[in-house]
Amino acid sequence: MTLATFLVQCLNAIQYGLLLFLVASGLTLIFGIMGVINLAHGSFYMIGAYMAYALAPWAAAHLGGGFFTALLIGLVLSVVLGYLLEWLFVSYLYEREHLQQVLMTYGLILVFEELRSLLFGDDVHGVAAPGWLAGTIPLGELMTYPVYRLFMSGVCLVVALGMWGVIARTRVGMAIRAGATNREMVQSLGIDIRMLYRLVFAAGMALAVLAGMIAAPVSSVYPGMGNQVLIICFVVVVIGGIGSIRGALVAALLVGFVDTFGKVFFPQAAGVLVYLLMAAVLLWRPEGLFRQA
Amino acid sequence: MTVIARALPALIGGLLLAAFPLVGGAFYVDLAATIMILAIFALSLELLVGHTGLVSFGHAAFFGVAAYATVLLSSKTVPPSVLWLLPAAMLVAAACALAVGALSLRTRGIYFIMVTLAFAQMAYYVFHDTRLGGGSDGIYLYVKPALAIGGVTLLDLDARLPFYYATLFALCLTYGFLLLVARSRFGHALAGIRANEQRMRAAGFATYPYKLAAFTLGGALAGVAGFLYAVKDGFVNPEILAWSQSGTVLLMVILGGVGSFRGAVIGALAFVLLKELFQSEAVFGGFTRHWQLMLGLVIIAAVALMPQGIVGLSAQWRARRRARPDVVHAD
Repeated sequence: MTLATFLVQCLNAIQYGLLLFLVASGLTLIFGIMGVINLAHGSFYMIGAYMAYALAPWAAAHLGGGFFTALLIGLVLSVVLGYLLEWLFVSYLYEREHLQQVLMTYGLILVFEELRSLLFGDDVHGVAAPGWLAGTIPLGELMTYPVYRLFMSGVCLVVALGMWGVIARTRVGMAIRAGATNREMVQSLGIDIRMLYRLVFAAGMALAVLAGMIAAPVSSVYPGMGNQVLIICFVVVVIGGIGSIRGALVAALLVGFVDTFGKVFFPQAAGVLVYLLMAAVLLWRPEGLFRQA
Repeated sequence: MTVIARALPALIGGLLLAAFPLVGGAFYVDLAATIMILAIFALSLELLVGHTGLVSFGHAAFFGVAAYATVLLSSKTVPPSVLWLLPAAMLVAAACALAVGALSLRTRGIYFIMVTLAFAQMAYYVFHDTRLGGGSDGIYLYVKPALAIGGVTLLDLDARLPFYYATLFALCLTYGFLLLVARSRFGHALAGIRANEQRMRAAGFATYPYKLAAFTLGGALAGVAGFLYAVKDGFVNPEILAWSQSGTVLLMVILGGVGSFRGAVIGALAFVLLKELFQSEAVFGGFTRHWQLMLGLVIIAAVALMPQGIVGLSAQWRARRRARPDVVHAD
């Protein structure tokens, strides 16, 4: 393996890891703060990708904008949708057992998947990257690297930093941190916990939708794309520790590297490696790497 | 007296199933066999979910591994004997459950759900990505197993009716066995773990071996269902290990009612009938292509409206009546 290929694979691993982080961070927030296991989170990723597919041409035709206008509209839509979903379906689940949460959100997956099939059919569709991001930059003498993938990593990094800022430095972030530690205490201090939950759910959904939208030009959109991401994100959350954003970041990058280099060195076993990593971490630390007490 | 009264519905159900091939056509006999196989599968999960409090979201792995073992261990020319093939399939499933359980049971709650799911997904990729079991295309079972003693074939699972009765026998045996397990000292320990694991530990029980034993037993029984499934269809592919299969069996358990073995059987019956209804062209026409949409809506409605499942409906209804002040009670 030459240095240039190694570098390209590293960049791929980081990009994949950061993308996983966007989805997994919402998942871990919803687990950690609301205590809800949300299987439909992968569907949010899929919804994002199909939003990019459907909104980009529409935005280009009606608003004169392209990919970025679509991105913005998609984000607004996802927050509204997340708010509604929490209100309609998830808010019943807080007092229920995990078993019922699993079942309800499993039902939501089926509904979203079939609605997708009704609206867009079952074919694979490509999504065009915006023109000025479509180029490549040279790496070494023979290799090139697509600019769009760098852009993806950049977006993920900016979002990760923003999330850290909000959670560590703002009042809302303080309420979120407090809510993750002690729900009843936060409520008794006069913070509207229902509103907080709704916000967290909507934000989590927006993160997954954003990940889906920016991933669409690279991965194209296809049936079942959400479920694949969901299960890998479960692995990320388990490795990182439930409720820990920092853990999700470290674990996502770890999974990104193991998966990318696994595909290079052991193409036969690539699908299994990530789960072996999870098993190893579980043996060592059953609560994940960064589980808070 | 009460024991007989409580066993009566199960006995009647068993007798009805035994008499069913007399009235049902070939299609319905096959459908009933499918329901019974899934009922065994759901029963094996009910032992974990309802009786031990372990919500496993990867139960399809053991079902699928046993189905694959059944096909891979059979010879292509001579009918293998049920006598060793079924125990072998169960053993493979139990061994996998032991390994997965040993790791997953170090975690609890949400973690356990996710970890079992992830391990099942790992098993899925083993069969999907490697050539071990024909990859994503799956493999065929060429010669179905039989039971022959001294050259006389006593049971040929290739024929419809013998297979039906063998499945019914397996279902009755599994049901009876699980009832005995639940009444045993072991079963009481599991019930204690489900109710309050901390207290069980305080009472001096090492809960981990008990949970691991239950998990392994659940895997072995799922193996029975997997064996029957492979023999019935004569074909296995990685989709039987997919996470949607784990979700489906969990759905059966919850739909029927968590906490009773009766519920698991009723859940399997309700699920298959619902699926047949949604897939019937006569009722839904071209929309049957989207039958999962209707299934999804039913699931959501079931969670919202009947949290105790089908077997809990009467209790739920009585509780509601009692809560209504305008109903005058005779007593």
